[in-house]
Amino acid sequence: METFQLIVLLMDATVRVATPLVLAALAGMFSERSGVVDIGLEGKMLGAAFAAAAVASVSGSAWVGLGAGILTSLALAALHGYACVTHKGNQVVSGMAINIVVAGLAPTLGYAWFHQGGQTPPLGAAARFHSIDLPFSEAARNIPVIGYIYSELISGHNIIVYMAAAAVPITAWVMYRTRFGLRVRAVGENPHAVDTAGISVNLTRYKALAVTGFLCGISGSYLSIAHGAGFIRDMTAGKGYLALAALIFGKWKPVPTLIACLLFAFTDALQARLQGLELPVIGEIPVQFIQALPYILTVLLLAGFVGKAHPPKAIGEPYIKER
Amino acid sequence: MTEEKATFGAPLKIPGWINYVLIPLINLLAAFLISAIVILIVGDNPLKALEVLVYGAFGYPEAIGYTLYYTTNFIFTGLAVAIAFHCGLFNIGAEGQAMLGGLGAALVCLHLDWMPTLAIIPIAVVAAALFGAAWAFIPAWLQAKRGSHIVITTIMFNFIASALITYLLVNVMVDPAGQSPVSRAFAEHSWLPHFDEFFDMPETPLNISFLYAIALSVGFYFFVWHTRWGYEIRVVGQNEQAARYAGISPARNIIIAMMISGALAGLVGVNEIEGVQHRLILDFTGGYGFVGIAVALMGRNNPIGIFMAALLFGALYQGGSELAFDMKSINKEMVIVIQGLIILFSGALEHMFRPRIEAAYRRLALSRLKPEEAA
Repeated sequence: METFQLIVLLMDATVRVATPLVLAALAGMFSERSGVVDIGLEGKMLGAAFAAAAVASVSGSAWVGLGAGILTSLALAALHGYACVTHKGNQVVSGMAINIVVAGLAPTLGYAWFHQGGQTPPLGAAARFHSIDLPFSEAARNIPVIGYIYSELISGHNIIVYMAAAAVPITAWVMYRTRFGLRVRAVGENPHAVDTAGISVNLTRYKALAVTGFLCGISGSYLSIAHGAGFIRDMTAGKGYLALAALIFGKWKPVPTLIACLLFAFTDALQARLQGLELPVIGEIPVQFIQALPYILTVLLLAGFVGKAHPPKAIGEPYIKER
Repeated sequence: MTEEKATFGAPLKIPGWINYVLIPLINLLAAFLISAIVILIVGDNPLKALEVLVYGAFGYPEAIGYTLYYTTNFIFTGLAVAIAFHCGLFNIGAEGQAMLGGLGAALVCLHLDWMPTLAIIPIAVVAAALFGAAWAFIPAWLQAKRGSHIVITTIMFNFIASALITYLLVNVMVDPAGQSPVSRAFAEHSWLPHFDEFFDMPETPLNISFLYAIALSVGFYFFVWHTRWGYEIRVVGQNEQAARYAGISPARNIIIAMMISGALAGLVGVNEIEGVQHRLILDFTGGYGFVGIAVALMGRNNPIGIFMAALLFGALYQGGSELAFDMKSINKEMVIVIQGLIILFSGALEHMFRPRIEAAYRRLALSRLKPEEAA
């Protein structure tokens, strides 16, 4: 029974860590499936985290904060589109630039506005999203196995966790069952064909980037106003890149990406438990190895040693109409 | 980057100074303008900030020493990114390669310190270059042989490098006498000679790495434009298909270019670890690898341009730390904003001003020609 409880608690921690990854990876999926490389997920998340915390602390409302986070991320996505789609700039450079600008801008503005060394003030109760107890979770706690899983693992998360869970089937449906999804995938594979069919490549890419901005905004806001209680400098700490790795590890597909996010989050949750623990046979596993594991796995996948990843064909290339 | 294509008739050739001087300056101006707006938003005076920045970077001998010390790092990473660009590759991994370079230099200084100064310094430099090159080799090989996208693999390798160095410093190389994860100090005779030991100037971290950086810039020029290897790398970068038909192996050149790139980035480790810190520490790379991208872009992958851009970023780094002291509502992060904006305007948005500037030049030049010549 104790092992069972431990596993459920571990899964619970996994869900909490996976939430921002899932949202950011799905965000990246829209951008990358439309043919626009997005290494700026990190910057969009960080910008959203800062804006959400700053606005939530001033307005006192978590929802207003979330709105501000989403708007900030949308603005950054629009900038990415302006550089890469309108002006056909280098997509990697643009993403990099956004990451660096935000990494500097968030603490600069935070320092000037709140005078707390680049952080935002700790958020009050109303300015954060709290965990929601699903119906009957208290009553179900005593039912063995299923009841325990329900009350510990399924119930008791904040609203954004459930949003992330819903985002996966919705993304899959949008990608594979709607006209918009078809067009996004088509401009990522063969923009010339899409253009010939009379559909604007640039407009489709802008729309895809808007979805990217929207989801990234939720992801970043989760860090500062749901999971945490305020913005801390460098709060994303590489999560945007980890989400990008998960997206690639998931071969740019919704469900495999979800599994990759859960796997990466699980290694993270496990590492917290394993710290300083002697395992039989292998001995103590270094924390740093587990931290690097998602990146090592992604490299192995890209190398074709673990399955084979097929990126969207037109990824990274600005679309230029032929005369 | 896309070349200007001939459209209708023969377009006027755009002179080099527009591409190499005017456009970078306009991009820089745009970045500074937005930075000025940010400074206004946080409630300070941008002109005063500029004054503090310039004085802080060049105003007195000590400042110049620090500026050139930062410049050294940016020359290394700028050249590193540039050689990869010449081969059509995007090396985002200079950060990780620099970390490994520092590790290489540190291992030599820690374990071979029975050697005399004249032996240990060159060996440490070579070790740093080799470690950086080896770290770049894996993504290069994966790109060349298995088609794994080098942008993604080098990003991943930055994280792996950081985890590796942290592991080594926490568990293996840590100084048993100390509390923090740093190695023991190197023996004094393995330290790189500083400029202030030879010249009458205040004590600064500026050391002989600066001279290597200059020498390597000259070497870079000859290598890229005056050797067969450089030529092959550039052909692969311009057109892989054409290279293959000409009997040039893209795979081989991708690996060579990336290993040179990694070796150059690794030398940041020499400047920082052997030149200044004198022990292996965490996070000594401080974003130099990423800024190297901006340096290469602004410098148009040309050593003279890279030197100018590196000097600009060196001045920003040094002047920026001064900003934090002298201005009431600006801290060191403001410099990161400026850097990011420079990357944005000179990299991602480089096609924003260019067509307009070139069109303006054409109009101007055509109107100067006599009507019959123009027709």
